[in-house]
Amino acid sequence: MSNKPFRPDVDAPEYKGGYSPYDIIKEGTIAIVIVAMLTLILAVFFGSPDEKAVTVKSWSNANPIDFAQTALEELNGTSGTAGYGAPYNHAAVGQKLGPLTLGKWVGVRIPINTVSDFIVKPLESQPALPGLQSALAQWNGASSSTQNGWVTSYTNAAPKMSYTNGQVVVNATNAGPVPVMINDLTQMARSGALDQALITGSGYYTTDYTKPLLFLADSEYFGSLADKQHLTGSQWGMMNETGQYPGQAWLWLYTFWYQIPPFNSSANADVLIWGMMMLLTGGLLLIPFIPGLRAIPRKTKVYRLIWREHYNNHE
Amino acid sequence: MSTTEIDRQWTTRLRKRATGKLPPEKLLPDTQPIYVSSWIYVFGVATLAALIVVIGTGVILAIRGPLWWHQSFIGHFVNSLHLWSVEIFFFAMIVHLWGKFFMGAWRGGRQLTWMTGVVTFVASIVTGLTGYVSQTNFDSQWISTQAKDGINATGGGAYFNVLNFGQMLMWHIVLLPIAAVVLTGLHVLMVRIKGVVPPYEDEKKVA
Amino acid sequence: MSWLGSIINLDGYGHYLHWHFILVSVGNLIVVSLMVLTFLGALFLPFPGKGRRKENR
Repeated sequence: MSNKPFRPDVDAPEYKGGYSPYDIIKEGTIAIVIVAMLTLILAVFFGSPDEKAVTVKSWSNANPIDFAQTALEELNGTSGTAGYGAPYNHAAVGQKLGPLTLGKWVGVRIPINTVSDFIVKPLESQPALPGLQSALAQWNGASSSTQNGWVTSYTNAAPKMSYTNGQVVVNATNAGPVPVMINDLTQMARSGALDQALITGSGYYTTDYTKPLLFLADSEYFGSLADKQHLTGSQWGMMNETGQYPGQAWLWLYTFWYQIPPFNSSANADVLIWGMMMLLTGGLLLIPFIPGLRAIPRKTKVYRLIWREHYNNHE
Repeated sequence: MSTTEIDRQWTTRLRKRATGKLPPEKLLPDTQPIYVSSWIYVFGVATLAALIVVIGTGVILAIRGPLWWHQSFIGHFVNSLHLWSVEIFFFAMIVHLWGKFFMGAWRGGRQLTWMTGVVTFVASIVTGLTGYVSQTNFDSQWISTQAKDGINATGGGAYFNVLNFGQMLMWHIVLLPIAAVVLTGLHVLMVRIKGVVPPYEDEKKVA
Repeated sequence: MSWLGSIINLDGYGHYLHWHFILVSVGNLIVVSLMVLTFLGALFLPFPGKGRRKENR
């Protein structure tokens, strides 16, 4: 017989009271019927959202200058993807959790070279277009320092980019084949051919949209659509849904940290917040073992409401 | 065969262990303690019921494939059913969590019941994420391109690629439902094995 | 474009409430309020079957 002291937050008193009849299967069946009916009513009344997917085609037609500017960023290495780091490339160390660079340690497992994957290879897949063949030959035949020189010249002139008569126009000198490449890529995008080239590069039946999604995510256009729907990080976007539909309210605490200092201006926000949420989730998991936390229910006495009939019977 | 030989068989040992821990009267009881007298107790079974509707509507969506619901009125309606049953699922689960916390439901050796519940909660969130990125619409595009940053920062993005629709769909309809059902099953079995937690001692009586 | 099979069309742009750094959609606010009300209701509302439980005390 154990003489261990009774710990009210860990142990449960032995129940010596009465039992009444209980039909567990009936209860389960009623629950399913009620929940199914409630689901039906909500679906009939409110439906569900289905905002059409954005394509590179729709993006480049809606805002060809944003497309061309993003394409330039892929070429000059200043886009989000080009400078991302692991798992796509070695361009950056990536986020740090204290001294830990978790992403970098795992390494580049989804290699993306924005110059070849987003610009050169898609252009090369186009059938012979006037000017494009020679532009690509000029690009591929040049040294990387020559290529960089062309790109820099084009980049310097790009703030004055215009879109005239369906053509991307940048008045750059010594930009080599870059103006043709950017303009032809824009036309390719507007036709829908770039959407295809970005995915079927890895085979006919690919279901992997990494490349077109990364390209899209590098644009201002995509972010502006999300901003209108209050879906961006600084708008508590993680818990929101398009339109007026309720979203994912259960993510409130995850998205909360992104709204406040120091996280809202930290380059390591994602990994810091993930680390914090792992700790808090661990805390939730281990409540039964944490003195103080596990005493809250007993101290707050909400249980006296739940079991009031039981306590009334015994008084 | 001798009795001891039969007793030593894996099958016999497993059966005796299982029926010892969970005899039929405990698995499917016909009485319950009279302190179970509050509406808060319905939210566990409501969560379970919602999970069944989520899976059922998911099965119907699977029959016609992931693009059906964009093209068909009935498909869109089934998608709506799937969305709202998920909302009810999380609603009920969280009210259930609040109730169980205030009941100190881990007491009396029920720590594993609590812990399986929390793990199921986390698994449900991941299942929801993979569902959202499998919708094949603007929502999927935005959620995946955002979520990738959090996941990449942990190193997980190298293997769990939210931009890879094929991978995400298979996690959503195969791997995670299996995990959710197994975890929910363990959680419910734990409740049956240990019983519903008794009330705290009446401090007024003790005083 | 979502099908208009639903009686109340929730497409378009949502309504958001903004207070300092807190930004919450009306949809989410309704859901969370309902959760809190449901929890309180579950705690306070009387539960049927009192007589039967009294018999078996």
